[in-house]
Amino acid sequence: MIIEHIDAELPGTVTDRHAFRGDQTIVVAKASFLALVDFLYREGFQLLVDITAVDWPEREPRFDVVYHWLNLASQERLRVKVAVADGEAMPSLTSRFKTADWFEREVFDMFGIPFEGHPNLTRLLTWQDFPGHALRKDFPLDGGDAFCMEGCTAPYNNGERG
Amino acid sequence: MILDSIALSRQQVDGDTMIVNLGPSHPTTHGTLRIIMELSGETIIKSTPEMGYLHRGVEKLGESLSYQQFIPLTDRLNYCSSIMNNVGYTHAVEKLLGIEVPKRAQQLRVLMSELARLGDHIVCVGVNAVDIGAFTAFLYIWKQRETIYDLFEMATGQRLHTSFTRIGGLFRDVPEGFVPATERFLPECEAAIDELEKLLTHNPIWHDRTKGIGVISAEDAVNWGYTGPCLRAAGVPQDLRKAQPYLGYETYDFDVPVGTTGDVFDRYLVRVEEMRQSIRIIRQVLARLEPGPVNVDDPKITLPTKDKVYTRMESLIHHFKLIMHGMEMPVGEVYSATEAANGELGFYIISDGGKNPYRIRVRPPCLPIFSSFHEQVKGFLIADAVAVLGAMNVIAGELDR
Repeated sequence: MIIEHIDAELPGTVTDRHAFRGDQTIVVAKASFLALVDFLYREGFQLLVDITAVDWPEREPRFDVVYHWLNLASQERLRVKVAVADGEAMPSLTSRFKTADWFEREVFDMFGIPFEGHPNLTRLLTWQDFPGHALRKDFPLDGGDAFCMEGCTAPYNNGERG
Repeated sequence: MILDSIALSRQQVDGDTMIVNLGPSHPTTHGTLRIIMELSGETIIKSTPEMGYLHRGVEKLGESLSYQQFIPLTDRLNYCSSIMNNVGYTHAVEKLLGIEVPKRAQQLRVLMSELARLGDHIVCVGVNAVDIGAFTAFLYIWKQRETIYDLFEMATGQRLHTSFTRIGGLFRDVPEGFVPATERFLPECEAAIDELEKLLTHNPIWHDRTKGIGVISAEDAVNWGYTGPCLRAAGVPQDLRKAQPYLGYETYDFDVPVGTTGDVFDRYLVRVEEMRQSIRIIRQVLARLEPGPVNVDDPKITLPTKDKVYTRMESLIHHFKLIMHGMEMPVGEVYSATEAANGELGFYIISDGGKNPYRIRVRPPCLPIFSSFHEQVKGFLIADAVAVLGAMNVIAGELDR
């Protein structure tokens, strides 16, 4: 099991862990994240399946950035979560995983979490001057100002069109 | 994207190159996506894919819909094989609930998934051929796709947007006549695949157009996050049906075809062989299909039948509770992946115990594959870009969600 390996090789990295329905999740601090990624890569977790984020508006820090890895040799999966505050940057994984490029752009687009070291951090799904970040919990479901041509007043846009 | 925002190379400043805009509405993009290509003659120097034209905010909508209500939205992800998305999603919710569906429901899900895989590969191979100019092969194989959609219509009432699964089972059992119709279809489809292979596999023009185009090494394919036929064509035998079996796939006898170079020709060969393997699986399902319930026997999950709702107090209460308050969901998070036609289709669901998911994430298989497009076509001709795009099987509904 990879988590025991992490505990042995990188003690103190895992700040929280849980297993639910066979999924293993570990929570790590941002400072130790890159070292952990290096270690996971060496251990065979080379398919970065997914990067996404979760918004917890009442919590501090506000966001969880969630990574899913798959080890093709042992077919073991691992979920890694890193908590970041609003506006705080995550280190980009694009230098190690090419697939991180678009996933990170999507997280930036949908949640407004910047990635440090990303070569082209622009919006992926919405247009470049889209106001706000659609998957934040305080973004209105009907799209709000983005689809309103004139006279919009919404808190996330300061009443101005983007 | 405005043209200024594309970092142009030096040649453009010198005026030697030409910008060609492929899409958003172009017959070879199969959906609305746009690729801005910078050409020197016919050679692609740089290409900038732009997506999001079909972004409907499925993940955002999911947060305000109940678990059952999300199923129709999954139809609209990969609309060429919607049943597989239905199966993938309900499988994820069932993992969250910690339940297993009855045997017949599992078998029917496998049967429908393999029919959908067959249909999806027919679309991919046929359309890839027609983009390159092989129109006859396309028409020969396309007829089988229509039969598959007829079968879907018979079972689900819909050709494309099937919404066939429910959490805990299926919308309904397949009607009488479905099994014989499927049995009649299989030899016809095998004959059509043979015909397709006769037209393409040893065709020198097809070789010229597909061999050596879109080559990718196994290492690069993993690094780009490839899954599904494109990864297998590059030589990695990763198939979730074998590697992490679900729905009883471990009990079926089938092979996982693997390519060597990862080019368009290998992807074509892998898909054709997967079509044959799908037929093999369907035959095994039909042979062992046994009568039984298709929904779990739990009134807190499965809706009662209408006659019971009208005649029994208990059932009426269960119906009301399920519709108004939804299912009782445990608090937790799951990631569940199934092998869809394009690769690993993942659903990451976070439940806070409420009626709706707190967060629902769809991991589309073709997004990582398409993100490598600019590297795959760099230095090739514009006609090769069309071949690569077709072999990636980019489905905009799934790409943009």
